[in-house]
Amino acid sequence: MATAIPVAAPAVDLGPAAALSCRECGARTPLGPHFACAECFGPLEIAYDFGSYEAEELRRRIESGPASIWRYAPLLPVPADVASKPNLNPGWTPLVKADNLGRELGFTAQLHVKDDSGNPTHSFKDRVVACAIEAARAFDFTTLSCSSTGNLAGAVGAAAARAGFKSCVFIPHDLEQGKVVMAGVYGGELVGIQGNYDDVNRFCSELIGDPAGEGWGFVNVNLRPYYGEGSKTLAYEICEQLGWRLPEQIVIPIASGSQLTKIDKGLQELIGLGLVEDRPYKIFGAQAEGCSPVSAAYKAGHDVIRPVKPDTIAKSLAIGNPADGPYVLDIARRTGGAVEDVTDAEVVEAIKLLARTEGIFAETAGGVTIGVLKKLVETGQLDPAKETVAINTGDGLKTLDAVADAGLTATIRPTLESFRAAGLASA
Amino acid sequence: MSATVRIPTILRTYTDGRAEVTAEGATLAEVVKDLERNHPGISARILDDAGQLRRFVNVYVNDDDVRFDGGLDAVVKDGAAVSIIPAVAGGC
Repeated sequence: MATAIPVAAPAVDLGPAAALSCRECGARTPLGPHFACAECFGPLEIAYDFGSYEAEELRRRIESGPASIWRYAPLLPVPADVASKPNLNPGWTPLVKADNLGRELGFTAQLHVKDDSGNPTHSFKDRVVACAIEAARAFDFTTLSCSSTGNLAGAVGAAAARAGFKSCVFIPHDLEQGKVVMAGVYGGELVGIQGNYDDVNRFCSELIGDPAGEGWGFVNVNLRPYYGEGSKTLAYEICEQLGWRLPEQIVIPIASGSQLTKIDKGLQELIGLGLVEDRPYKIFGAQAEGCSPVSAAYKAGHDVIRPVKPDTIAKSLAIGNPADGPYVLDIARRTGGAVEDVTDAEVVEAIKLLARTEGIFAETAGGVTIGVLKKLVETGQLDPAKETVAINTGDGLKTLDAVADAGLTATIRPTLESFRAAGLASA
Repeated sequence: MSATVRIPTILRTYTDGRAEVTAEGATLAEVVKDLERNHPGISARILDDAGQLRRFVNVYVNDDDVRFDGGLDAVVKDGAAVSIIPAVAGGC
């Protein structure tokens, strides 16, 4: 995947991006705002020409780069001077040594949490949007848009404000208040659609083909090939933060499955470029039981996904018809990982577990990941004697309702007597 | 039985650039067959070699995803709106 011969000299400067290539049939097309193969409808991906780097030289170049995803600019579809353009500059989030959580779950090897809640709009979406913005500039779009389960809407609104684009984003009308406010505050248009995420997605796909949507860059539709590449930076950062080493096991939440497939792609690129030693790793996918089409297919031994109607508190993962689901199945099986799901009650419990043990407040998607991590250990599917990374994709402040019972533990008068009477003296 | 079919951008080379065409048929399979009659070549883009809907094509009859309604056997009532849409996704 790292070697590519351009079908034509790219008319736009998107760094090492050379062409678009169909993941299904391999047909190539020049770089442009396209997402589906004209031959077979398969998803288009970026084909790169990374040039010839000495691994050591590339490693040095990355390490001396900015403390953001732009340190990996030579591996992304962005121009070389990307860091000088107005952008939210996301990434380089902490890889937290989760010793307390590891102890509680029975780990004997190091457990890490890659905490992406520290991004500018508090979810991993800033990574993908930052890449999509560069494509939007290259293709002369003036309005940024997306279909979103909430986090993406906020990321697009903020990035558009910073980079000087107009924005008009679409979300299901009944999202968590935290996400609605976060998406609306940046001043762009925020449109609630009466339907679930799959309905919103469908609407946006139709809008793209209509004159009403002309000139709009939908970050996760017609700019999707560029957008998706931003998720590779999670893989790059994890390996660099481990001292240029592959983790042995990674647990990743699944909505469309895009992030999981791009993390695998990122790991493979690092191996191909000689930046990390090639050794086996296992990738595990995490879903909420109320929207678990990929997990169901994995457990049934199927290689196609049967869409479902989502019903879970993990709304950022509530995609009933996950486009990258078949690829997730391939990756979990190829690497010896698995796909598992947990109930909403387990999600809430896991949010509290992570908060209590590591001081990290995850949104419901993070609860899904930690809940699945726990279940994978308990069921013997994941080895606690192997170095493991779990990804927290977003901030718990966006999904406060899920843990609304975590309020005051006591109310007292402002006296020592009252304090002692409440039994808090030895707390 | 006549239905309105919304054509995605990448298939409009088969419909002279038209975003919407009409087709006859009581089921989705018949509608696709009729599309092929009037717009030769379009069916091979929608269906795979085994004659099934391609993995990355979503088809809706009115507002319903046909994968919940029998796939190619989905009933198309007179006046129905059929949408053919490439699969895309968001979320994680």
